[in-house]
Amino acid sequence: MSVHNKKSIGLFEPALVNTALKQSFSKLHPKLMIKNPVMFTVEIGTLIMFFVVLYTAFTGDTAQGSLGYNLAVFIILFITLLFANFAEAIAEARGKAQADTLRKTRQDTPAKLVSPVGGGSLAEEIRVVSSAQLRLNDRFVCEAGDTIPMDGEIIEGIATIDESAITGESAPVIREAGGDKSSVTGGTKVLSDRIIVQVTTAPGETFLDKMIALVEGANRQKTPNEIALTILLASFTIVFIIVCVTLKPFADYANTPITIAAFISLFVCLIPTTIGGLLSAIGIAGMDRALRANVIAKSGKAVETAGDVDTLLLDKTGTITIGNRKATNFYAVDSNEEKKFIELAALSSLADETPEGKSIVELAGQKGINMHRSNGMEFIGFTAETRSSGVNLPDGRRIRKGAQDSIRNYILKNGGQFPDAVTEQVNSIAKNGGTPLVVAENTIVRGVIELQDIIKPGMQDRFERLRKMGVKTVMVTGDNPLTARFIAEKAGVDDFIAEAKPEDKMNYIKEEQAKGKLVAMMGDGTNDAPALAQADVGVAMNSGTQAAKEAGNMVDLDNDPTKLIEVVEIGKQLLITRGTLTTFSIANDVAKYFAIVPALFVASIPSLQGLNIMNLKSPETAILSAIIFNAIIIPILIPLALRGVAYKPIGASALLRRNLLIYGFGGVLVPFLGIKLIDVIIGLFI
Amino acid sequence: MNKELLGVVLIYGLTILLAILLGRSIARWLRGEKSIWNLMAPLERLVYRICGINPEEEMTWKQHLKALLTINLVWFVYSFVLLISQGSLFLNPDGNPSQTPDLAFNTAISFLVNCNLQHYSGESGLTYLTQIFVIAFLQFVTAATGIAALFVLFRALRDKVTDKLGNFWVFFTQSITRILLPLSLVVAVLLLFNGTPSSWKGKDSIVTLQGDSVSVSRGPAAGMIAIKQLGTNGGGYFGVNSSHPLENPNYFTNAVETVSILLIPIALVFAFGYYLKRPKLSRVIFSVMTLGFLLILSTSIWSELNGNPELEKLGLQQPTGSMEGKEVRFGPAASVLWGIATTATSNGSVNSMHDSHTPLSGAMQILDMMINAFYGGVGVGFLNFFIFLIIAVFISGLMVGRTPEFLGRKIEAREMKIAALIALLHPFIILVGTALSSYILVYYPEANWAVQPAAWLNNPGAHGFSEMLYEYSSAAANNGSGFEGLGDNNIFWNVSTGFVLILGRYLPIIGPLAIAGLLAQKKYIPETAGTLRSDSYTFGIMTFAVIVIIAALAFFPALTLGPLAEYFSIR
Repeated sequence: MSVHNKKSIGLFEPALVNTALKQSFSKLHPKLMIKNPVMFTVEIGTLIMFFVVLYTAFTGDTAQGSLGYNLAVFIILFITLLFANFAEAIAEARGKAQADTLRKTRQDTPAKLVSPVGGGSLAEEIRVVSSAQLRLNDRFVCEAGDTIPMDGEIIEGIATIDESAITGESAPVIREAGGDKSSVTGGTKVLSDRIIVQVTTAPGETFLDKMIALVEGANRQKTPNEIALTILLASFTIVFIIVCVTLKPFADYANTPITIAAFISLFVCLIPTTIGGLLSAIGIAGMDRALRANVIAKSGKAVETAGDVDTLLLDKTGTITIGNRKATNFYAVDSNEEKKFIELAALSSLADETPEGKSIVELAGQKGINMHRSNGMEFIGFTAETRSSGVNLPDGRRIRKGAQDSIRNYILKNGGQFPDAVTEQVNSIAKNGGTPLVVAENTIVRGVIELQDIIKPGMQDRFERLRKMGVKTVMVTGDNPLTARFIAEKAGVDDFIAEAKPEDKMNYIKEEQAKGKLVAMMGDGTNDAPALAQADVGVAMNSGTQAAKEAGNMVDLDNDPTKLIEVVEIGKQLLITRGTLTTFSIANDVAKYFAIVPALFVASIPSLQGLNIMNLKSPETAILSAIIFNAIIIPILIPLALRGVAYKPIGASALLRRNLLIYGFGGVLVPFLGIKLIDVIIGLFI
Repeated sequence: MNKELLGVVLIYGLTILLAILLGRSIARWLRGEKSIWNLMAPLERLVYRICGINPEEEMTWKQHLKALLTINLVWFVYSFVLLISQGSLFLNPDGNPSQTPDLAFNTAISFLVNCNLQHYSGESGLTYLTQIFVIAFLQFVTAATGIAALFVLFRALRDKVTDKLGNFWVFFTQSITRILLPLSLVVAVLLLFNGTPSSWKGKDSIVTLQGDSVSVSRGPAAGMIAIKQLGTNGGGYFGVNSSHPLENPNYFTNAVETVSILLIPIALVFAFGYYLKRPKLSRVIFSVMTLGFLLILSTSIWSELNGNPELEKLGLQQPTGSMEGKEVRFGPAASVLWGIATTATSNGSVNSMHDSHTPLSGAMQILDMMINAFYGGVGVGFLNFFIFLIIAVFISGLMVGRTPEFLGRKIEAREMKIAALIALLHPFIILVGTALSSYILVYYPEANWAVQPAAWLNNPGAHGFSEMLYEYSSAAANNGSGFEGLGDNNIFWNVSTGFVLILGRYLPIIGPLAIAGLLAQKKYIPETAGTLRSDSYTFGIMTFAVIVIIAALAFFPALTLGPLAEYFSIR
């Protein structure tokens, strides 16, 4: 978030404006225009006006109005078209510029390709080639100081990597083969060690390439929502075609000649040109905003769906709480033997490389108890079955550390007793949001270690925001239910999955979906891949495995677990921008009617002057003011379309009320003022 | 308060009270709960047995439409044959002739689609046989058709993830036995006691106070008048409809008939909420409709009570407002209420001549038919409203940042396509029809037809234009009333309005049912805090705005050239 600000591009950077201006003209090609039915009809109208201008110029016949007037109408319509094209072009240019800054990181770099010697399979050699020559499944070596030439997955080794080129985060990260953090991104730099990487994507098919293609329009497909809106806009256009065409016989009946310019002006003013001109810009800007947040969306639909999400699955660790739990207390069963208990706790954690394990040793050290490895210690690692770990000492003592139920099972199996006092202690720790770890020596429980989670600052507010959006948040954690509940309540999430196994996530997603909800989740591991694929919006971390990245429909370059929340807001903003501008565009019609309709008929039915409530100067100025307003409102709204309408999490009805007031009521009012003002100004010249 | 206005308030208030009670009762038996209407079950079972209907059979929305359209086609053929041969059939004491084929086409279609555009006069254009077995028959069954179609929509919006939406024949039969028939009986009896005839005898002859001898048409009128009001049919027994002293004898019968116009359309709105157990949704819909209705009504009353400015310029006092074309026994306010009610609900019966109302009042009546969803016709009014609702849901869904959904179902491209098409249809047929007649009038005034186009209009200029606009609006909305200056019994008007009638009836039934059917099959999404509630008043305002923008704006230029031009010119 704050990290990205340095990368943001000004709304109207001169270089982009230049490109967009050129594009505005090349986009006039009918083949491109027809994709946007509303603006296409404007183009036809402009063309007709062009012929009217020619006719008036060459014959001098002023039955269709003076040459100057017709020329003015023609020029304004032409500019309307350019404005609409400009909106789309500037959105594209910005998206491209954004993508280019990312693409710069992957310029040609030398790659140390691993290839079989002489085509045989026994020996291998390393050749230096250009990164452009790398193909799918090629392997290359990277050593300290090398820039990684291409996206891939580490198949051998471990390395620290500087990913600041992509994420803007300067702290190096560790990537290693085999785990969930095996992916490397082209353009990042290896700081230490040596890794062998396998290329996972064919050239030109990286996510970034796909995203750029989406922004550039070649591959841009309309989302279902955009299609439905286009249908609505097209039908409005057809209604107004009918209105304008039937007006001809009506006018004949009333003995009122109406010029072609007036007909076309009326038509162009009535059809929803404002939203028609801005529609694709809004869509592109949505993708662009995602990219700006360092999220690569694989389709426009994914961004849109994010706005619809009902349920959000969030991992506790790293998302809701800061990193890892820390040991905060030792509770010995026999308070006289506290020192002995702490020794046991430290011993059991000596080989435990997890942050929790390390924090136990640390806390023991703070209490002045330092234990060290010695020969003959047999360390028992954590397994999914036993769900405990520990150490067998040379003197035969077996020390075990684990969650209450696993230690209880262990003790009962070995004929021991599990004291009630311990259960009480465990529960009281869990109730306070701590994670209790029980330590046993042979069959005797010696005490409980308390681990505590620390909730990230500001998370409560974010969840409150989500709740107001109607999004249910679900915390996924391996903790026991009591701990999970405490943290869930403290952080303000709506639900939690405790003692979660990978398939629990999957089941939860399926259950929610069966209820008709859209579910979003974030994940990185191969374990997460099925759930990422099942979720409606799956955001994979860029550091995650290739499988996870393939399964999700977005990739987060920052590996930031809270990104999901941002993505939801981007999606909502996209839909809201579309809806409010549609409303604004259609509401504008009221004023335009009151400007043009009296102007059409007032010559033959003078009493209709009563309808000219804006008191516009003359029929010509009225029509010109209306189409000028219609044209300039497009560029005026471009910044809004690109930035998106502000989203306020105040509940659906309140939000509708707010937007209806601003864009609906405002949409009725603004053109009255605007048209009157323009009329006053052009009245000075005509 | 002015006594006349008090009458309006009382009639309207009584209607709403009765409608709430009726709506609740409809919802009850529709949900299958015990109600007094179970008394009708034996009669209904008899009907099913005779017709070979299996009432347990559940239909999909397509099967519903198939049943609906098939039976309508049968009724059309039946009615057309009777109308062109009535002159030589029995029950014709006045010896009236058979209808010409183009008039019979128009009449059959017009009654088949619940419109009752009458290009003939009842006393001379029909026989007792056709009055009862064509006109009154169709007035029952077409009203029941509309209600049955609406019940399919109710089912589709209540049941989740299903394509089985009840049995059309059951909905249809129950609409008659449990709504139309009992209510008609009550209204007919009230009318009978106030002097409306119900007789098989031919014309009667009386001697007036002046000593002239005149013959007065009568016939089996009371029953037909009841159903014509209740079923939003509007086709009167007598030519001048409910301004005729035998069709609507006094202020009391006028009140009864006015209540009858609005009763079922409003009751169905409430039935919707009770049936879905979402009474607030009904209240919001009712409020939107009522807001529109009252705005139109008050404009009309204001215009009418202010009297005719031209008469004022002549120095004439108009203490009771504009009386032109109105019955003294009703007065302007009650006539305006009727005029607005009858155009809002696609009823089309009249108790005053709409042609003679002040221009703004006429504009309001036309606007009513252009919108056609403020209460609307029995069953179909709600279906029309549903289309606007879908469009409003779509736009406001976007405005709050969610893919739009209505009652837990997503509105997607397919539904939008249908809704857009139906919303488009209404302006299309009205404007194109009026454009066609204007074109012929301007360019072929001397066309060699039985009635030359030049002779169509009674009035030149803006008012003549209003007459044509009114006629097509009336046909498209299946209303049936007319700006009576128009010479409409000739081949051009009979045929062109005939087609407008068909399009204006069936597509707006097919469209909403298709949308509802599609929605019913969709995954049901439970409501969350982020769901835009369709039963909020904010959403109601949105719906109102959509109706005004779509329905009213498309007609603004046409209204400007007609009634508005007239209004500004005599102001």
